[in-house]
Amino acid sequence: MPDQPTSPTNGTDATSPADSQWPLWEVFLQPPKGEAHEHAGSVHAVSAEQALQNARDVYARRGEAVSIWVVPSASITASTPDDMGPFFDPGNDKPYRHPQFYKVPRGVRVF
Amino acid sequence: MPISAQPGFVSYLLRLGDDRLVLGHRLSEWCGHGPILEEDIALANVALDLVGEATLLLKLAGETESAGRNEDALAYFRDSTEYRNALIAELPKGDFGFTIVRQFFFSVFSLLQMQALQRSSNAELAGIAAKAVKEAKYHVRHSAQWVVTLGDGTEESHARAQAAVDELWRYTGELFLTDAVEQEVASAGLGVDASTLAEPWHAQVEEILRRATLTVPPVSYMQRGGRDGRHTEHLGHMLSEMQIVARSHPGATW
Amino acid sequence: MMVNEPSAVQPSATPDDPARVAEFEARIARGESIEPKDWMPERYRKQLTRMMSQHAHSEIVGMLPEGNWITRAPNLRRKMALIAKVQDEAGHGLYIYCGTETLGTDRQELVQQLLDGKAKYSSIFNYPTLTWADIGCIGWFVDGAAIVNQTMLAKASYGPYARAMVRICKEENFHKRQGYEIMATLANGTPEQRAMAQDAVNRWWWPSLMMFGPHDAESSNSEELVRWGVKKKGNDELRQRFVNLTVAQATAINLTLPDPALQYNEQTENWDFGPIDWDEFWRVVKGDGPCNRERLAARRDAHAAGEWVRVAAAAYAAKQQRSATEAA
Repeated sequence: MPDQPTSPTNGTDATSPADSQWPLWEVFLQPPKGEAHEHAGSVHAVSAEQALQNARDVYARRGEAVSIWVVPSASITASTPDDMGPFFDPGNDKPYRHPQFYKVPRGVRVF
Repeated sequence: MPISAQPGFVSYLLRLGDDRLVLGHRLSEWCGHGPILEEDIALANVALDLVGEATLLLKLAGETESAGRNEDALAYFRDSTEYRNALIAELPKGDFGFTIVRQFFFSVFSLLQMQALQRSSNAELAGIAAKAVKEAKYHVRHSAQWVVTLGDGTEESHARAQAAVDELWRYTGELFLTDAVEQEVASAGLGVDASTLAEPWHAQVEEILRRATLTVPPVSYMQRGGRDGRHTEHLGHMLSEMQIVARSHPGATW
Repeated sequence: MMVNEPSAVQPSATPDDPARVAEFEARIARGESIEPKDWMPERYRKQLTRMMSQHAHSEIVGMLPEGNWITRAPNLRRKMALIAKVQDEAGHGLYIYCGTETLGTDRQELVQQLLDGKAKYSSIFNYPTLTWADIGCIGWFVDGAAIVNQTMLAKASYGPYARAMVRICKEENFHKRQGYEIMATLANGTPEQRAMAQDAVNRWWWPSLMMFGPHDAESSNSEELVRWGVKKKGNDELRQRFVNLTVAQATAINLTLPDPALQYNEQTENWDFGPIDWDEFWRVVKGDGPCNRERLAARRDAHAAGEWVRVAAAAYAAKQQRSATEAA
């Protein structure tokens, strides 16, 4: 069967983009038992539909997922390591947000 | 004589199984050689689905035949003249455009066929079809997306996709041929007469080709012969490779 | 599949601030995971990029020797298992490339380094697969060795690498088992099948031991990678662990490992083994293995034949985006 096109062009006509491995997308899978979506890894794809298909073929080959999200990697805004202290430390000294902070009489089941 | 022991039913199951085994084999030749990693993985998934379907269908063919042949005996110890696949499945894999267009043509056919076979009066075949429908739906989605992408991509990809459509078109007619086998299984409620699938196939395929800016070739002579064991020269070579280990050690288990 | 083959990395032109390096090493000592946006010494970034991309390349090149038998697998079950295994290797290469990309080098560049012959991959894949038994033997030895390595790497200090390894280890469980099952079946089969199995063992054993890389004393990267928590153990320790595990497996199916010096050492509780032919190792690393040229040629061919496809997909997506923008 033909390995050559009938009228070969070199793929670099004015409208063609340069060769690449395509943009990167982040993949999030929801496991079958209703947990939240979790980051699984990344795939390369040219469009959202292709990213979904690739994510399905790459990350859900063993029935790992019932739902897939794909997001262009460039669209993700992440906290930076420099944020680490001011962002998260204030959450570490609010013991009243945790149930263990509150005492109940011995032998009583609260819930 | 149980209904499923009708001689035509065995021939029919071999057609179903051989189409998928031969095409799955051709597709597996891409493994490690695809255009990009993601696609290498996707093609292998489709190949696995097809070989998996073939395994179940040939197993059922062997059981129905009751001559002591299991799916491996049918796959590895029949000569090309005993294979019943359509010619389109056995053509060498060609370039990625050829592979995708063939995959698209076959997947649309397979989806229609398996949808109908879900209502087969043979419960096992109906069960296999139910599984195959899910797989074929994805195969159509994947290959149609690629046909549109290649057709409407670059000048080169358009030319390659059109060349593949032109080359493959003359092998599509065979998929819808009717004969005594098709009619026998259809009237027994076991199978579907392939000729009834032609119209919906053309509607779906031509819609995608239009979106892909590809031209439907003019009607020409349609190649045929596979359903009767008269194949292209390619199948013999394919089988000689596929069967070499199994046949070199008759009676061995693997 | 892991490689521990040294290739010199030049120290970066501007030395890192020693205080930050100390802080970084303290984090590693505390067992903290290093993440893509964290500060890291340039040399850590370079060494990891080198090591991870070599690992990814190994997965991709590793598809070739096994893919060589997909079309000849002797029954349908084996055929499907082999397709699935080779496909997994593509997936594993993909995961590790993605992890490497988080260090700032994109896949296009990494792939180009492989195609240009500038990057290394595991030398084991420069050996040919000559019979069906080689498929069993690769699963048993090569994947077995890889699991020993990757189990360690799943605790690597770099988060994306460690996480990729966790996923890979989970998936790779079946690889070794399918290989060993093939070997056990052949070993219990006809005399021809048995001979085929033993021949494969004879050819793959020593190259498999070489997979762990040179002795630690002669490995330019080993010590540094251990200090930075990328590797948790040295090459020799891992190699010994692999030998210890494999001896009993060979005995169980009556195949002989081709090493007359193989002997259990009561004192160390290890299996002592004979000297490795390092000349062969270096010859293959440097390009003169039986299949080095074929492997690279196959990758280059696939890349070149796929260019029009990659470009067409990007062109189509760009068109769609333009028409969506115009419609808005």
